Amino acid sequence: MIEAKSFAITCPLPLFDHPRIKLAHGGGGRLMQRLINDVFMAAFDNTTLREGHDGAVLELPNGRPVITTDSYVVRPLFFPGGDIGALAVNGTVNDLAMCGARPLYLSVSFILEEGLETETLWRVVQSMRVAANAAGMEIVTGDTKVVERGHGDGIYINTTGVGVIENEIRIKPQCIRKGDVIIVSGDIGRHGMAVMGAREGLAFTTLIESDCAPLWKAVSAMLSARIDVHCLRDATRGGLCAVLNELAQAAGLQFDVVERDIPVAASVRGACEVLGLDVLQVACEGRFVAIVPKSDEEQAIEIMKAHNDAAVVIGRVTDGEAGLVTLQTAIGGRRILDMPAGELLPRIC
Amino acid sequence: MKYVDEYRDPETARKYVEAISRTATRPWTIMEVCGGQTHAIVRFGIQDLLPDEIELVHGPGCPVCVTPLEMVDKAIEIATRDEVIFCSFGDMLRVPGSDKDLLTVRAEGGDVRIVYTPLDAVKIATDNPDKQVVFFAVGFETTAPANAMSVHMAKVRDLNNFSVLVSHVLVPPAIEAIMSSPENRVQGFLAAGHVCTVMGTHAYGPLANTYGIPIVVTGFEPIDILQGIYMCVRQLEDGRAEVENQYDRAVRDVGNPAAQALINKVFRVIPRKWRGIGMIAESGWTLSDTYAYYDAERRFGLIDTDIAEPEDCISGLVLQGLKKPSACPAFGKQCTPDHPLGATMVSGEGACAAYYRYRKEKAA
Amino acid sequence: MCLAVPGEIISITGDDALSRSGQIRFGDAVRGASLAFVPEAVVGDYVLIHAGIAISVLQEDTAHRTFSLLEEME
Repeated sequence: MIEAKSFAITCPLPLFDHPRIKLAHGGGGRLMQRLINDVFMAAFDNTTLREGHDGAVLELPNGRPVITTDSYVVRPLFFPGGDIGALAVNGTVNDLAMCGARPLYLSVSFILEEGLETETLWRVVQSMRVAANAAGMEIVTGDTKVVERGHGDGIYINTTGVGVIENEIRIKPQCIRKGDVIIVSGDIGRHGMAVMGAREGLAFTTLIESDCAPLWKAVSAMLSARIDVHCLRDATRGGLCAVLNELAQAAGLQFDVVERDIPVAASVRGACEVLGLDVLQVACEGRFVAIVPKSDEEQAIEIMKAHNDAAVVIGRVTDGEAGLVTLQTAIGGRRILDMPAGELLPRIC
Repeated sequence: MKYVDEYRDPETARKYVEAISRTATRPWTIMEVCGGQTHAIVRFGIQDLLPDEIELVHGPGCPVCVTPLEMVDKAIEIATRDEVIFCSFGDMLRVPGSDKDLLTVRAEGGDVRIVYTPLDAVKIATDNPDKQVVFFAVGFETTAPANAMSVHMAKVRDLNNFSVLVSHVLVPPAIEAIMSSPENRVQGFLAAGHVCTVMGTHAYGPLANTYGIPIVVTGFEPIDILQGIYMCVRQLEDGRAEVENQYDRAVRDVGNPAAQALINKVFRVIPRKWRGIGMIAESGWTLSDTYAYYDAERRFGLIDTDIAEPEDCISGLVLQGLKKPSACPAFGKQCTPDHPLGATMVSGEGACAAYYRYRKEKAA
Repeated sequence: MCLAVPGEIISITGDDALSRSGQIRFGDAVRGASLAFVPEAVVGDYVLIHAGIAISVLQEDTAHRTFSLLEEME
């Protein structure tokens, strides 16, 4: 069995006299105060938080503000290459980045299950601190609730992110044009296979690490270089396949992609073959699709490759049939790439 | 990946497609029996490459598709019990029973677990002595060695809290059922290579002789399937009806004797009902008397029932290549991949599900 | 039916017929499988794995035929 890679915990859990979370830790009394001070404040410390107000008053630089929210549920909480904390920060950082917004502030809400080990919460919180620092974000407000044992999977986290678009560019599916090229920012499917491999029974002896990572730097570099980015979307649940379908539908255009050009690590590919999974439907947490005009293709690829060497053009936009995604298969056939049906299940058939 | 990548080479594919086009002088209808081959045909867009003369009919070789409604209902009944951990291959979880599927049972609090191999279910039974662990042993001959071994292991280890719900079916009787139908229009078969790695090829000679039909034992990579089609077309054009082995890198004529020995110990042949087709004589396996103790139907005292399939559904005719999915009154209306009525809409590679996706392109 | 994937045996453990198993490499992914039904298989062989069980040893010499058949046609 593989242990999840330990991440850099710089601070040990401060002296905390409750090894497990109790209902009273969400009750609004002294216990909750201790939890906030000894765990959350200790990790996320900043001026806004220290004010201890009901809400955070934000200073925004010039530009158009962007807000986004997402809730994070993952089993197991720790997996090779990441954990629910890193996921909850990076996921929201990436949603802001996909709008072209510089990530600035984060709110964090925890729903904790009674009986959760405080040490586990501490590890998750530390991981969030590291991720938020890496993204240059401040965690400025938050909330905690505790639910009875059996009513949650240890920890659920909601994060809301605020960022700002500092230029005039419009990044949205409606800006996609016929003739645009479709770029994927790196090899796909690592996160989904890392999580699946961390579950009992479907584990491989070899380690597949999640691709969980912040994407703002790559996006920022493209915007600074004045690439005329038409659309960005991170590939999360449903994988590359879902992203392509969503964007083709929203843009009302046809996307044609080439299977042989889509980068997949040999470990992910082997695991997908064995479990009968379509790697195009497997989740990523640190990969995105960029759609840019053909004229900006070379420069965009050069910049994206500086952040991930596997970045590559996988297809192009046509005015064929609105909402259709086609795949030129490995052997040169063509098929429709349909929206994934739902939960990915290993198959024997 | 060796034995994979070279069988997905576009240049080799193109050459086989050309060879098929050169060879076929008239239309031919060929059935690939196995759902795994159907999956490859859809996944690699093989139909799109073939000349118009070649019509591929997707056969009944998907254990998920042909597991009868009664059996799915039995699985659901067992999985709902508090004392049970119900283990299954992933693809059975979405198959609808009379009023729900196993995913719904799990959502309602049932302990339903996906396993990659039945041996994992044996391990779960070992680790949970106070629970009854039941494995849903579906499959064709290919899966029989794994399923047989799980039961045998439980017996050797005296594991009394393990049992299997068996829904095993056999390929040759299904081919016979299709060929003996007066309306049959299949002219050649691609037989399921993985079934033959276990059972060998002997069962197919009499079928080729009796029905005067070419049977090509075929692998699962796209080049395998194209080569299988090529060999089948060549036989048809030559007027031959022989058993040929395209997949000889994996299939010996005698099959896998070690696996057959255990299968023959653990299982015995019985008639089985096939979803969409009906009862076929001597078309399945159940546990032999020696291993009957591990039969979940017995252990939980389940009674045999006979549930009629939805009237509107013509999946039986589709499975036999007699009707196109679009000829069904329920197609795309009451019956969609999200709410399947019949076998062929259930699994991703079922003919109706494949047509549903194709139709979207046409209609868009 | 019957997803079976070829992988290379990189190690073998277990001596009695039932418990004989090995580590199998698929691309760069490795996982264990039962080798009970392929008593002839040795390290370095490629086996077809279905549901965690090796059901056949792949033969290098016959595998070439798929490609030599094409050459004959040309």
